[in-house]
Amino acid sequence: MKYVEAVPEDIFRSEEGLGVWEHRGKVVAIGIGHAPTARRWDNNPETCVGAISIYALRQAMVDAGVDPSHVDGLVIDPVTSTGADWPRGKPIPQVMLDRWEASDDPLDGLTKNSICWLLKNMPELTGIKFAMNASNCMSRALVAAAQAVGEGETHTCLVLKAWNNFEGRYYHGGANDDGSLPGSAALAALTNLWGTPACYATAMQFNEYCRKYGKSHAMMAPFMENSRRNGLLFPEGYWAQHRPEELRTEDYLAAPWIAEPANLFDNDLPIMCSGAYLLTTSERAPHLAQPPVYILNHASSRTLARSIMPTLEEVEADTARTGRKIYEGAGITAEQLSFENMYDGFSLFHQFHLEGLGFRGVGFGEALDFYQTDISIQGPNPVSPSGGNIGSGRSRFWMHTDCIQQIQGRAGARQITGIPAEVGVSGGPMPLGGNFTVWGEAPD
Amino acid sequence: MPKQGVIPDDLTAPFWAAANEHRLVIQHCTSCDRLQHPPADKCAGCSGLEFDWQEMSGRGYIYSYGVVHDGPVRMLQEDQPFNVAIITLDDDPDIQMLSHLPGTPPGEVPVKTSVRVIFEDTANGQKVPEWRVVE
Repeated sequence: MKYVEAVPEDIFRSEEGLGVWEHRGKVVAIGIGHAPTARRWDNNPETCVGAISIYALRQAMVDAGVDPSHVDGLVIDPVTSTGADWPRGKPIPQVMLDRWEASDDPLDGLTKNSICWLLKNMPELTGIKFAMNASNCMSRALVAAAQAVGEGETHTCLVLKAWNNFEGRYYHGGANDDGSLPGSAALAALTNLWGTPACYATAMQFNEYCRKYGKSHAMMAPFMENSRRNGLLFPEGYWAQHRPEELRTEDYLAAPWIAEPANLFDNDLPIMCSGAYLLTTSERAPHLAQPPVYILNHASSRTLARSIMPTLEEVEADTARTGRKIYEGAGITAEQLSFENMYDGFSLFHQFHLEGLGFRGVGFGEALDFYQTDISIQGPNPVSPSGGNIGSGRSRFWMHTDCIQQIQGRAGARQITGIPAEVGVSGGPMPLGGNFTVWGEAPD
Repeated sequence: MPKQGVIPDDLTAPFWAAANEHRLVIQHCTSCDRLQHPPADKCAGCSGLEFDWQEMSGRGYIYSYGVVHDGPVRMLQEDQPFNVAIITLDDDPDIQMLSHLPGTPPGEVPVKTSVRVIFEDTANGQKVPEWRVVE
């Protein structure tokens, strides 16, 4: 088996001027798998992050109609933490040791994933010839897997991302409870002496956005309502499964601030969840159980902030570049996008992605006005039909699932009806540094 | 508002030592004449590895801000809500620093106005650059 410890950086299409992706239309997504979600782990070995990962992988194979022995590729994000980590020094539960075949790392399957652990516990995967770690999120793993299939490293490839969520609040504890910080951490973007929560940079950028363009946080309300409404139509998601509550404007606007102008609902909800996709070649697709969704391009941003955090100007310049790369490599224009499923976990940067795409001609400073129009799945301008992380909990993969399901015509009650689902785009996470995939119902 | 203490490390020791002398210094790449902050092992501009530290004027400008109501750092939680502003330096507007803007009430931040550096004690006595609005 060829094992790649980390995705080589040169596979990412992070520059402009690369032309149409050389594997455009030759790689397809077929199968989807998700395990049931939960707010937190219940200490049951059958619902640990390793278990829900295996569940999703098996579902993806069943969904695609692929025999496990025919799978020859596995690309995973080994990182599964939502920010609440396994306490330092806390023993591994005996039930875990009894239930699962251990790898060299006792935290595998509990607070992280590994190729080794998964293969030990999925003996049916007898044909794996290519395996790769793609840390960060599903958006990165998908891009890496698409490129691997395109290059012939694998012809039938599973892609996995899962999340574990333990007791405790997001990034509370650990160094944030300590009396002192190392000098470098004290000046960093995420851990620093000024106590910024994870959403701070986005809140700061959004504040500047509102000042520059004369907008307000309240103008986000239609987007938030739309996202939750779509999420409640996503049976695989957390809110649909556990808390089928609409998010009304008054509830959104009354929510407590985390880092003003980002409130509680502008932050996605950490959950236990897993997602897997089965990618293959366009030649093999006709023999499988679901219609193929063609990958038309992948594009990435590798821009770094000039100093501590990206300014609004840096964000706008980079999302515009990302938009151009997305269209160039797919050989399409903005007018050909049926819908967009860009990342939203934090909600206050979704408009940066949307404006960078120029979705429906929306330019910088115009997205919040666009949100006041019909952005529903019934209209001609569906925004985030997945509902994203806001609508279904933190996964960073609902948007990809939705693109595949919309184009396959099996998004159920969430199926867009105001426009044919022909071309979609998804990706993230942050405006700087993300990875993006363009999906089509046809190969060209 | 007591910040966590700081234990200077090799990379940042000159920054913290200068702060204890009430001086603001920023890492400077001697290969491409570029300032960078936070300090790093390698220049993000030219990948150079040789640095010195340049003293700044201590004048800056409020780019934008947020108000932290529910942050993760235990020592700061009793002082919530508090401002966190992005300060850009007059010496190089690409260089940012963070600030609680002592003296400025939460949410009443006069963005795009001038600030001047001061130095505050952290929990272990290490001084840290902070910024006050210039009246």
